[in-house]
Amino acid sequence: MKYSYYPGCTLKTKAKEMDAYARASAEALGFELEEIVDWQCCGGVYPLGTDEIASKLSSVRALDAAKEKGQDLVTLCSACHHVIKRVNDDMKNVDDIQTRANNYMELDVPYKGETEVLHYLEVLRDRIGFEALKEKIVNPLKGRKIGAYYGCLLLRPSGLMAFDNPENPSIIEDFIRAIGAEPVVYPYRNECCGGYISLKEKDLARNMTANIMDSAAGFGAEALITACPLCLYNLGLSQNAARLPVYYFTALLAEALGVKEEVLAS
Amino acid sequence: MSYGKSQAEQIREISGVNPHKCMKCGKCSASCPSFNEMDIKPHQFVSYVLNDDAEALVNSKSLWKCLSCFACIERCPRDVKPGKLIDGARQTVVRQRGADYLMPEEIPEHLDPKLPQQLLVSAFRRYRR
Repeated sequence: MKYSYYPGCTLKTKAKEMDAYARASAEALGFELEEIVDWQCCGGVYPLGTDEIASKLSSVRALDAAKEKGQDLVTLCSACHHVIKRVNDDMKNVDDIQTRANNYMELDVPYKGETEVLHYLEVLRDRIGFEALKEKIVNPLKGRKIGAYYGCLLLRPSGLMAFDNPENPSIIEDFIRAIGAEPVVYPYRNECCGGYISLKEKDLARNMTANIMDSAAGFGAEALITACPLCLYNLGLSQNAARLPVYYFTALLAEALGVKEEVLAS
Repeated sequence: MSYGKSQAEQIREISGVNPHKCMKCGKCSASCPSFNEMDIKPHQFVSYVLNDDAEALVNSKSLWKCLSCFACIERCPRDVKPGKLIDGARQTVVRQRGADYLMPEEIPEHLDPKLPQQLLVSAFRRYRR
């Protein structure tokens, strides 16, 4: 199975390993991520103003490129997923945005939200299946106690993201089980890490991620996994709190599939 | 943009929020991770727009403390979306010339080797036009 793939800015720079592990794991699982040619930055945050058009066009271009190929669009970074999925909803359901964005784009055939947007974790759950993933694991991460850190952007607003139960999600715990480790459920797993506040006000983010770290450690987690480079950065800022290592979920996936070494060697 | 309209009207228009739907249950404030940092609390945003007192709202600290975590939007039983309302207020500010909250010149002082690009683009989009 071939998917169009949107890596986003940070997966080409500070989070290269998240991308490399995801590609190697996809190969091991029998699906291919075909990177969209000349993709543009999603902008990091979804433009909330109802009159915003120009700031949504980079997402529309990626969505239309996937449509042209007849492929579903796979994302990996939580922020890119959030932005592109919500812009796609606008293009499908908000007439005013659909008309104005298409007026800018001047495509041969107008884009009307036809592309399906899937997060990599949704590919694992809904296309591969966690049972099938389990059968492909060569190096089960036995005895490792892992806390899922969901954050905000994958889950909320749940009506649009339709990712999982926003208050009591289970997809990452099911993923942790599939790779042979033990999921640790803790109260702060869907609380905000501070997001973009950490640019100008690091202390605010520090306090928030300290609560998350202490919550996870208190329930017995030995490490956290995330799908968001900004969450990973903010969690790393926490002080005067438990200091758990934080990994991208694709790092543990690659390890369990036995492809981590080849990624590190390349 | 919107000549002749009051700032409160502009906020309503940009956000698409109908503040009349709020029943003041306070769930948004209870959910907000920035509650302690805010001088005007999320459940109070609607009052300032309803009373046409946008000036107090756009001059509040709260404008720059919202994290776009969408907890208030997720949990609002009346679908009022306080997070969109405060973004509308922020937009009426940053869309004015010279009213940006983040300047390119201050970026170097905020940088560190681990800082992800995602943080810069997100902050630029929320804090300036």
